[in-house]
Amino acid sequence: MTTAPEREAVPSPGARAAAGAAGAMPAPRRYHAAVWNEPLIMELGRPGRRGVFAPAVEPGIGALAGDPGALVPAAARRKAPPALPELSEWEVLRHYLRLSQQTLGMMGVSLFGTCTMKYNPAVSEALSRLPEVREVHPLQAEETLQGLLEVVYGLDLALRELSGMQQFVFQPGGGADASYLQACITRAYHDAQGELSKRVEVITTIQAHPCNSATAAAAGFKVITLPLEEKGYPSLAALESALSDRTAALFVNNPDDMGIYNPEITDWVEAVHRAGGLCFYDHANFNGVMGKIRAAELGFDACMFMLHKTFGAPKGGGGPAVGAYGCSERLAPYLPGPVVVLEDGRFHITEPAGGVGRVREFIGNFPQILKAYAWVRAMGGEGIDEASDLSVLASNYMGARLRRVPGVTRSHPSISGPRMEMSRYSLETLTRETGVTAVDVQNRMTDFGIDAFWLSHEPWVVPEPFTPEVGETWPKEDIDEWLAVLEFVCREAYDDPETVRTAPHNQSVHRVDSAHLDDPGGWATTWRAYRAKHGRA
Amino acid sequence: MASSVDALRQEMLAETGAATIDELFVQIPEAHRLGRPLELPGQLASEAALRRHLVELLGRNTSAEEVLSFLGAGCYRHHVPAICDEIVARQEWLTSVWGTSSSDFGRFQAWFEYASQLGELLDLDFVGLPVYSWGCAAGHALRMAARMTGRSTVLVPRALDPERKAVIANYCGNQHLERHLDVRSFAYRSEDGRLDLADLAGQLTEEVAAIYVENPNFFGVIEDQAQEVVEAAERAGAEVIAGVDPISLGVLAPPGELGIGLAVGTTQTLGVHMNGGGGAGGFIASRDEERYAREYPTLQVSISETTEPGERGFGISLFEQTSYGAREEGNDWTGNSVYMWAIANAAFMAAMGPRGFAEVGSSVLQRSHYAAAQVASVPGVSVRFPAGFFKEIVVDFAGTGRRVAEINGALRDRGIFGGLDLSPFYPELGESALYCITELHTQGDIDRLAATLREVTR
Repeated sequence: MTTAPEREAVPSPGARAAAGAAGAMPAPRRYHAAVWNEPLIMELGRPGRRGVFAPAVEPGIGALAGDPGALVPAAARRKAPPALPELSEWEVLRHYLRLSQQTLGMMGVSLFGTCTMKYNPAVSEALSRLPEVREVHPLQAEETLQGLLEVVYGLDLALRELSGMQQFVFQPGGGADASYLQACITRAYHDAQGELSKRVEVITTIQAHPCNSATAAAAGFKVITLPLEEKGYPSLAALESALSDRTAALFVNNPDDMGIYNPEITDWVEAVHRAGGLCFYDHANFNGVMGKIRAAELGFDACMFMLHKTFGAPKGGGGPAVGAYGCSERLAPYLPGPVVVLEDGRFHITEPAGGVGRVREFIGNFPQILKAYAWVRAMGGEGIDEASDLSVLASNYMGARLRRVPGVTRSHPSISGPRMEMSRYSLETLTRETGVTAVDVQNRMTDFGIDAFWLSHEPWVVPEPFTPEVGETWPKEDIDEWLAVLEFVCREAYDDPETVRTAPHNQSVHRVDSAHLDDPGGWATTWRAYRAKHGRA
Repeated sequence: MASSVDALRQEMLAETGAATIDELFVQIPEAHRLGRPLELPGQLASEAALRRHLVELLGRNTSAEEVLSFLGAGCYRHHVPAICDEIVARQEWLTSVWGTSSSDFGRFQAWFEYASQLGELLDLDFVGLPVYSWGCAAGHALRMAARMTGRSTVLVPRALDPERKAVIANYCGNQHLERHLDVRSFAYRSEDGRLDLADLAGQLTEEVAAIYVENPNFFGVIEDQAQEVVEAAERAGAEVIAGVDPISLGVLAPPGELGIGLAVGTTQTLGVHMNGGGGAGGFIASRDEERYAREYPTLQVSISETTEPGERGFGISLFEQTSYGAREEGNDWTGNSVYMWAIANAAFMAAMGPRGFAEVGSSVLQRSHYAAAQVASVPGVSVRFPAGFFKEIVVDFAGTGRRVAEINGALRDRGIFGGLDLSPFYPELGESALYCITELHTQGDIDRLAATLREVTR
């Protein structure tokens, strides 16, 4: 087993903290992930062992209903029982606790850019576990859902204030789903105008999230992707040459992941509107502009906020999430139901008559909507504005420090000046000089309890990219620790590249071999497929 | 906010070279700036005040724990073992997003165990990470089948959840645009609620990419003509997509056993609370064949090895065909989903085991049949499809002369949530409602329903 190289004397935890408080670069933390060498759940247990029991059927029910097997037509009966493991409750709990311990999961410092990692208040989690949240059915009568509807309505009002939009819905199950909703509303809008057969193009930029172009394409549109130019964003001229009477909509983010704000965005919106298209603002990168700008006043027809990023709801390692979708009065008739309205002091559910129906069943991920509402109430207007200030401050503090780290450069080096709440950096120099890649550095940093950084969405416009974002949660001490580890690893790349290239060394397992996972003979997404392919019974 | 401390702000600001924080926003033209403070409700800075406010708001909801609820229709109240809640509350996977396959090893293993156990229930070998909901899974699967066959018509049951149907409609697009799918419905037999094989066969042209069949169907009726559907589809060169609620699979035949190669369904019934509809989740699964695998829009976790001989690892399969890898050239799109619920699902399936699934399946069968008998004993009330159902029954109130809306209102006054009113969606069923009976409904609950119905329809 490979181990981390011997480092110089390990400072005590207290000494590390004191050095950090004094502004000195803290030494990398002593860290090792839990290693349980835990079998698969399917390899555990014994035949006949039981975990959870269903409530026993009362004799009266059994007598009347009879043999359950006889209640299923023969052709529809299961023949062989599923080969599930047989375990006690404690074994199941302990197994998954061990797996959770083998997940670094933001117990370190996670500056995972584009995702705005922040603390998810424990009080919101506690509230989301109340029966009035968990044990509520979405199709209950309105009068039994007044609390849910008021939370939805209250958050709707707050997001209207943050965006200037007319109406929000929370049905989309994530940012990509909100983008798909925009594609559906674009379809419905132009169809209603009788222009859909002509307006078949959606314009986006190479710096927009892949879901923007992918959802537009899935909805049936042709996608035009504008490349970046010397100012760090596509030129207005490039946009204008792409516009025509075929234009259905523009899907764009601003600022982009480089932290570049397109100051011509209002001209863009005007140009798209002149061409008859709609403008959708993907507010994935909202954390640096909360309270600073409003999508409606920039001219946009619709926008999207991610409650699991900006608004303090947890990410759950990839959902449940919410892409809150808001639009102007012009597009409101096309919204999916249910829409919550307040009339005569009561909250009601309505279905827009010409709306797109549903992009997902029901009203949305209510626990996450609740947590976002709680976040807005806990922060207040001033707090939200301050969070943007701190995010942009921290990003630029980090940027100033990062540019002194050997082998690191900032995206668009020719563009000086501050960036927004995050920026993208490159390890191209490091890779050229040492052979160590961004992925190697990412893996090696986890050896010191630093959560993996985000690289970049496809395509990699910046070579060997990494994209840290601090947000308002992480204090300067954490940023400094993160920077110290990055700097340590970059120096190590020059001194001992092999150690970095073979990282991680302190994680639950070593680097995973993914080379064969795109081959039918190599992939196995289930244990039964693996056993079949490897000749194991 | 930890960096609100003034000294820290100053230290950071000094490093940036800017004199004020506002200078850092220099990229945003003045004309774009809001220029006034946000007008939001007053800040509730203390946890106590925030909690009090929200407890008061939420108190205006009535939960299914306070009353007796018979609502189902795509969102179900099954028992959620306490360990499922305990496990998904773990900070390591609650609050974080995504690490490397080494630093997130435990989560990758949990996801693989989700897929592996679901594969056992379904009798299918290839399972993707979950999608937003059952309807979204069905939409994606229909599009997969269209790409696989190069055809653009899909057949779906008339007996289909209206919520799911609306989602499917959106996934199938618009006739004016490319990649549009023509959605046609096949009938159910009015006498027993099962799919109408003759109607299905009549629509099964060479244009048909897929037949989507649910079991049990929206009315709770168990479909027992899978073999006939599979054979008809094979003759026509179409795919069959099964839609299933996995909680039924301890007693009902799984898609794989029925010779169906592609399946979708809900994950909510596997250890996830209703959450006001926020428990929704969906899966896509298939045979482990390249023709299916290459069309998945989702990420998949595959078992693998690490650089250390003998050490097990997990990685992502077929990333490049997703929108993350290929943008608009990918299969549909993917993004944040309901991955945390997949961990609850994994724990649930492990805690249940084969006997647990058999037990809960039998219990639901017996209880729903008991309920059907009790409800049908009420004068004027009948069960529309009185044999061969699972968990849900169509209760017909025609003989009472009352409307479902009226009856549900009266039930609500007596602490009972009646079934979903079907009359807006299925006028041919008259004043009918879809009642859901799970393992949580006791004999006393069902007797109380029957007695109350007797009272309110008198």
